[in-house]
Amino acid sequence: MSSETGKILTTDGIPLEESLKQAEKKNKIKAFLLVAPLLLFLIITYMIPIGDMFSRSIDDKMVTNMLPKTYKAMENWDGKELPPEEVFEAFYLDYKILVKNKTAGKLQTQLNYEKNGFKSVLKKLARKQKKFEEGNYKEQIMKVHKRWRNVEYWRAIKRRAPSYTYSKYLKGVDMYSNEDGKIVQVSEDRRIHRILWIRTVEVAFFVTLFCFLMAYPIAHLLATLPMKYSNLLMICVLLPFWTSLLVRTASWMILLQQQGIVNDFFVWTGLVADDNRPEMMYNKTGTYVAMTQILLPFMVLPLYSVMKTISPSLMRAGKSLGATPAVAFFKVYFPLTIPGIGAGCLLVFILAIGYYITPALVGGASGTLISNQIAYHMKSTLDWSFASAMGLMLLTGVLAIYWIYNKLVGVDNIKLG
Amino acid sequence: MALPKYTEPHYRIWHYFYLLICGCVFFFLIAPLFVIFPLSFNAEEFLVFSDGMKRLDPDAFSLRWYKDMIYGTKNPWGLAARNSFIIAIFATLGSIILGTLAALGLSSRHMPYKGLIMAILISPMIVPLIISGVAIFFFMAKVGLAATHLGIILAHIILGTPFVVITVTATLSGFDHSITRAASSLGSSPYNTFMKITLPLILPGVISGGLFAFVTSFDEVVVVLFLAGLDNTTIPIQMWTGLREQLSPTILAVATCLIILSVLILLTAELLRRRSERLRGINR
Repeated sequence: MSSETGKILTTDGIPLEESLKQAEKKNKIKAFLLVAPLLLFLIITYMIPIGDMFSRSIDDKMVTNMLPKTYKAMENWDGKELPPEEVFEAFYLDYKILVKNKTAGKLQTQLNYEKNGFKSVLKKLARKQKKFEEGNYKEQIMKVHKRWRNVEYWRAIKRRAPSYTYSKYLKGVDMYSNEDGKIVQVSEDRRIHRILWIRTVEVAFFVTLFCFLMAYPIAHLLATLPMKYSNLLMICVLLPFWTSLLVRTASWMILLQQQGIVNDFFVWTGLVADDNRPEMMYNKTGTYVAMTQILLPFMVLPLYSVMKTISPSLMRAGKSLGATPAVAFFKVYFPLTIPGIGAGCLLVFILAIGYYITPALVGGASGTLISNQIAYHMKSTLDWSFASAMGLMLLTGVLAIYWIYNKLVGVDNIKLG
Repeated sequence: MALPKYTEPHYRIWHYFYLLICGCVFFFLIAPLFVIFPLSFNAEEFLVFSDGMKRLDPDAFSLRWYKDMIYGTKNPWGLAARNSFIIAIFATLGSIILGTLAALGLSSRHMPYKGLIMAILISPMIVPLIISGVAIFFFMAKVGLAATHLGIILAHIILGTPFVVITVTATLSGFDHSITRAASSLGSSPYNTFMKITLPLILPGVISGGLFAFVTSFDEVVVVLFLAGLDNTTIPIQMWTGLREQLSPTILAVATCLIILSVLILLTAELLRRRSERLRGINR
């Protein structure tokens, strides 16, 4: 008996094993082809641009490209004493082109970041360089301004030699690398970003907490009420969920304004005097109140879907075994709802940490978050590399939280509506 | 939920307290929406209830802000509404087609690297909008699609597909694949099987995913803020500008229309959910 006969053959005479493998492969390709259009679309229009943000955030080719000869000449310079004549000559030639092309201003600004006072030195050189004679540029440049004799200024130029920098990331946490290359904090009155990061996390945390405290009772009520009542009450959760974010923000702007209904109510109850109405909008209070209401449905829905699956007989069993309602609740019911709590909290936290519209409208100066800063740099200062750097820092945080979410709940368990 | 007669008094008090808290939370959720409605009929320009309105004086109410919304001079709402609908409709169609195909592939048991691909496909939902906005803007600017309708539609397809993928995958999770095999064994072509068997069964999921995509696009402002030029202003952009500059009652008239639209969408979504559950034989 040969070994061939041991194999089962299909009607075409191919071994069954092989035929199955081929069919499997075909199915794999078929499935993949269905996913491919969306996958390609997202990779091209979304994933690569996010990667592009990274290269943009570390990109520092501007100065490098403006002074090509200088950096070539500087390669052999150790930076201890004044650079040799070649460097001066190369710098003169580079700078001459910049002045001619009227782009010297950019270099002046960039180098001024490295060393304060560089701008005026460079401006003077721009005026004087026209009268330079050929040869011995070292002497001529040093004659223009005595600061050219200071090696610090040459070191400042050399520091910008690499075409990549992480300075934008340092700036995002209010640090910078100083003249000695050490990483230090900026002066205390200029530490604005760290405050924003802390505030963003703080607002996201408290909004999540408030949402949890408010959503838990109503999710429980919705899950335990008979269908015909709970369906009606569910509308209270779903209608805001489907309503435009701007509409809801607008209604909070009306409610919280100084002559608004909430303030009217406080005055009517006598809590505050009519001429002393508290400012509830354009500060953190406004951000908290509006964001809590807007994100509340995202907490209620996952909690509800988990609570719906908990059989009421479990609580009854606990009570019949002698537990008080409170003990039965904390020992039986509450632990069963933890998956829902995890899902809801992380969902709300992730949404809150990247919130932009509501803080921008009701937050004022003390209620704005990190995303407002990103938008500000995108639209106003046009410092796109800094906006990219901060965006990626935020993204890293969100991905870390998402990773935890995935470990605890699983991505597939996201429920909508 | 009536309490049994033997309930102890302190538990009874606790129970009513609990209902009171729930009532307050429901009020907090829904009440803000109802403020807009009466104020949009205000005859005056202020965004507070006038004395006339408090007395229910008919003269204190008017439709002037609705007229202003539709006929007002230099009013941006007509153009904005047209743009919003065009963008949302095309973005929804794009999301439905790409998302449904991907969901069909993903729910095949032969799909390799399922977890990784799923993570990529739903990433636009997880990444904060502001970051998506920045990234998409860089891309659209590079390929010259910034400030065009096409650019915004593509951006909204990116944001809308995750919803379609999720809802359709959920519908397919209860899908009995032996039905399609039965159809094939009876001689139906794959295309016919899809059109006549699969599609009608997953249609509720497709439509409710499409509704999410529509609302996402229709309500989206962060990405459009980066992308839109003067010609592609949308309703959310106009509302955003209006809210930043001056809160006028016309905005409330628009907001009321949007609330009515969301009620319609809510009803549709709810009907679809029930139909889908009935079709898939899930009983609650």
